[in-house]
Amino acid sequence: MLYLRLFYEFFKAGLFAVGGGLATVPFLTDMGASTGWFTNAELANMIAISESTPGPMGVNMATYVGFEVGGVLGAVVATLGLVCPSIIIIIIIAAFLEKFRSSKYVEYVFYGLRPASTGLIAAACWGVVTISLLTVLSTEGAVVTFSLNWQLLLLAAVVYACTHLERLKKLHPIIWIALSAAAGVIFQL
Amino acid sequence: MNVYLDLFLTFARVGVCTFGGGYAMLPILQREVVEKKGWATDAELTDYYAIGQCTPGVIAVNTATFIGHKYKGILGGIVATLGMVFPSLVIISVIAAFLQNFADNVYVIHAFNGIRACVCVLIFNAVMKLRKSTVIDMTTAVIFLVVFLLSAIWGLSPAILVLVCGVIGLALKLMQERRGQKGGDEA
Repeated sequence: MLYLRLFYEFFKAGLFAVGGGLATVPFLTDMGASTGWFTNAELANMIAISESTPGPMGVNMATYVGFEVGGVLGAVVATLGLVCPSIIIIIIIAAFLEKFRSSKYVEYVFYGLRPASTGLIAAACWGVVTISLLTVLSTEGAVVTFSLNWQLLLLAAVVYACTHLERLKKLHPIIWIALSAAAGVIFQL
Repeated sequence: MNVYLDLFLTFARVGVCTFGGGYAMLPILQREVVEKKGWATDAELTDYYAIGQCTPGVIAVNTATFIGHKYKGILGGIVATLGMVFPSLVIISVIAAFLQNFADNVYVIHAFNGIRACVCVLIFNAVMKLRKSTVIDMTTAVIFLVVFLLSAIWGLSPAILVLVCGVIGLALKLMQERRGQKGGDEA
């Protein structure tokens, strides 16, 4: 049955893809090949749309594929399939953590884990910066040449300055996102 | 308001404000969940991200489940996750049904270039905020820097880095404890 298959395929992707939305891409490529639900070209379009709409990318892609295969119900089933393993695994880990929260050993582990996690998020931030603000010209071995996209860099500088102004600090992040989208359209960035 | 409805709506707000992957969600989570609701602290957010990065599944979903579970148990974890994916379901279904060429639209492309530049800054600000509660001494500063370089430049797997740093943290603290005990015995 189609919906059962959808659920199963996305459950698998959710269970085995470690590390964020892009990690699900190889699973989707295989899925397209083995089920014939979509071609690689269609998948590329779905990824582009998932990247340029609100919501986490992995969830967006599951919803998109599900919708293409089985309409609204397909979208719901595929998304539930994707998040099911996460919910089960995380709830088990969370229950475990709660039980041992007072343990000093857990506290010791987190002492090393927290700066590592912060470092990883900083690295992810660096990744977004290279994709968004720099244009990679060529990659030869370890030598990467790139040019700065100065218009976007200027926009980023303005946003940075604004988010550090005492009077504007408390504004919700979505306001800056909306204003930046408007700036992008007006100045054709 | 019903607590579960509150959880659902808060995470739906987080979902709709997230442009990009789980990391783009961080500044929104800090605002909605840490500052407005007080359901988690900055330090706990980094814990959840650390675990979310080395367990299967989408990071955003893992983090939502964690926060929901901490606030209201198993049902809370489920409700938070459903809230977060709800906007995606609606928006993507509409686009898939009516706007197949959405990503090729020239205005969408310009808007998204602007949004990406903004999201860089928002994540950077979020990291700087996290750093205050996670990089607290010389050791943690070294761990932060080494992990950043290993991940950003050499692309080492987050799961391995998280695991190794957890072990390092445990080992260092245990050594410190033993040294402290010895000092205490001598005194």
